[in-house]
Amino acid sequence: MFTAMLGEAWHAMGANRLRTFLTMLGMVIGVSAVVLMMAIGQGAEAAVKRSISAMGSNLFVILSGPPTSGGARSATGNAPSLNVKDANAISDLDGVVGVAPVTMGKAQIVFGSNNWNTDIIGTTPSYLEIRGWNLSDGYAFSESDIRSATRVALVGKTIVQNIFGDNIDPVGKTIRIKQSPFVILGVLDSKGQTLDGRDQDDTIIVPLTTAQRKLFGNQLPGSVRQIIVQAESDNTMPMVEEGLNSLLNQRHNIREGSDSDFYVRNLTAIANSAAETTRTMSLLLGAIASVSLLVGGIGIMNIMLVSVTERTREIGIRMAIGARQRDILLQFLLEAIVISIVGCLIGIAIGVGGAIMVNIITKAEIIISANSVAIAFGVAASIGVFFGFYPARKAAMLNPIEALRYQ
Amino acid sequence: MQKSVIEVSSLYKDYQTAAGPFPVLKDVNLHIENGDYVAIMGPSGSGKSTFMNILGCLDKPSKGQYVLDGHPVANMEQNAVAQVRNKTIGFVFQGFNLLARSSLLDNVALPLVYAGVDKAERHARAKLLLEKVGLANYLNSRPNQISGGQQQRVAIARALVNKPSLILADEPTGNLDSVTSEEIMTLFSELNQEGITIVLVTHETDIAEHASRQVRFLDGRIVQDTRTREIGTSNTSSKSIAIPISEAI
Repeated sequence: MFTAMLGEAWHAMGANRLRTFLTMLGMVIGVSAVVLMMAIGQGAEAAVKRSISAMGSNLFVILSGPPTSGGARSATGNAPSLNVKDANAISDLDGVVGVAPVTMGKAQIVFGSNNWNTDIIGTTPSYLEIRGWNLSDGYAFSESDIRSATRVALVGKTIVQNIFGDNIDPVGKTIRIKQSPFVILGVLDSKGQTLDGRDQDDTIIVPLTTAQRKLFGNQLPGSVRQIIVQAESDNTMPMVEEGLNSLLNQRHNIREGSDSDFYVRNLTAIANSAAETTRTMSLLLGAIASVSLLVGGIGIMNIMLVSVTERTREIGIRMAIGARQRDILLQFLLEAIVISIVGCLIGIAIGVGGAIMVNIITKAEIIISANSVAIAFGVAASIGVFFGFYPARKAAMLNPIEALRYQ
Repeated sequence: MQKSVIEVSSLYKDYQTAAGPFPVLKDVNLHIENGDYVAIMGPSGSGKSTFMNILGCLDKPSKGQYVLDGHPVANMEQNAVAQVRNKTIGFVFQGFNLLARSSLLDNVALPLVYAGVDKAERHARAKLLLEKVGLANYLNSRPNQISGGQQQRVAIARALVNKPSLILADEPTGNLDSVTSEEIMTLFSELNQEGITIVLVTHETDIAEHASRQVRFLDGRIVQDTRTREIGTSNTSSKSIAIPISEAI
């Protein structure tokens, strides 16, 4: 009985192909839009999440304030207000699990006939730990390298590709940074891009003292540009932030009410808000796409109402030869459901195809999850039921005598 | 089997109009015995079509009793009435009322779909009946590919497919020319000889003469009830179809 009705639904759809196609089109566009938008949205979310975990968790970065000369303020991070002693003091604070003082700058590097301009980060071994940055080859420098300011370096993947090429193992080789020779101890794991598109692999890490004394001459010995601080957990972050502020105010002799010469930034909060933004964006995209699904559903309802009117006589005949109300209801409901499900399947195919095209053309990350496809399918099927029900009920409630007389 | 297929007693039907209830049937009493062949006649507005709709369980009486094949159907609930229409009654309409998009085979098999019969048996029974009404070569044709007389034969095959106790025919020859009408009436006579009860509505006297009994309506009442032939002795014309219909159903 059910298969017979399914066959009839298929038959009825075939009777007016153009109309069925146009009705289906609403569904196809709606579903493909939802699938595509969810693929792009989830892809963006995943990219952001990966950047966050690449950055390290529960981080603060302390920047020195801008230097002031004659009332004109320069860029933050340039004043020599932070130093290694600040970093050491911070590591004794409650809730702090890692501290890495950082000084950095740009430098030209040379290996053989190749050269490259890149970021040099001078820091302590704890930097790698805090950022969750592993080595893919070789080993990291140690505290003794810091003490004796040795010329050793860890290089990022981009550097390896650009000055060594694929055939040379960089570990143990000597490169020149600002004319001085540095021995490469290890190669850093690839971290990809930051949220703002900066290549994190285009980096060389050297011991802090080496950077301070031998690469970037400091105005004050021991001063650093940044101190990166890792809190124990998400919950302890507010407490640590307060501790940092009061500790540094005290050490820098800053009275209450006057401007600090440093800034404490909560990197995790910034990253989380970026993640929140992408999530909101993908929700918004999904919501807009669902509107077209709704419009598609209304299209189905409209056509089913027309179809019921057109086929009033047929309904009368069916009732006269013994169709129950629920048989008629089921017949028209099935038609609406078949239209929406077939439209949905086509829409999923187009949506997935479109997402793959987007990936190929823009290289943007996409994620087609079974979940989003299942949701689109479920929603489409329920739209079929929801918008098919009223016309089907209208058909089932027809008076057989009037239906038979209908011309 | 019940002796009476139809027992109608004190049947009233009012239509609600703006001016108040308008009586269409007034105190109608009619018994139709098993195997009878009854023609219901009367001018337009006499109530015969309303009476037919009630007999066919398409409409409900305002008052009175209607017992069909031993079951009081006047106040049955919807699903049960649908089942009665499906199993107990076979309809033949003036306009044939076949489904234009379906093949003749599917048209004839349609009542069996609602009876829950499986596909193989549906098709076997429909095929057999189409052969009996002389349309074996048109199983997969559409209704618009055959003549009116042939369409009415398909409709009759459809009416018979669920082995009903009663065939209700509403002006079955109204859309046919006189030669085709004769053929259809011959088919009805043969069916009646096989023992099938037939009630047909017509306003043509010569069509009504094929029946064994003529009931005439006027202003909502039965005004004349004549038996012209004994039950089961309707006049079969010389050109009889080869195989008895009852074997087919």
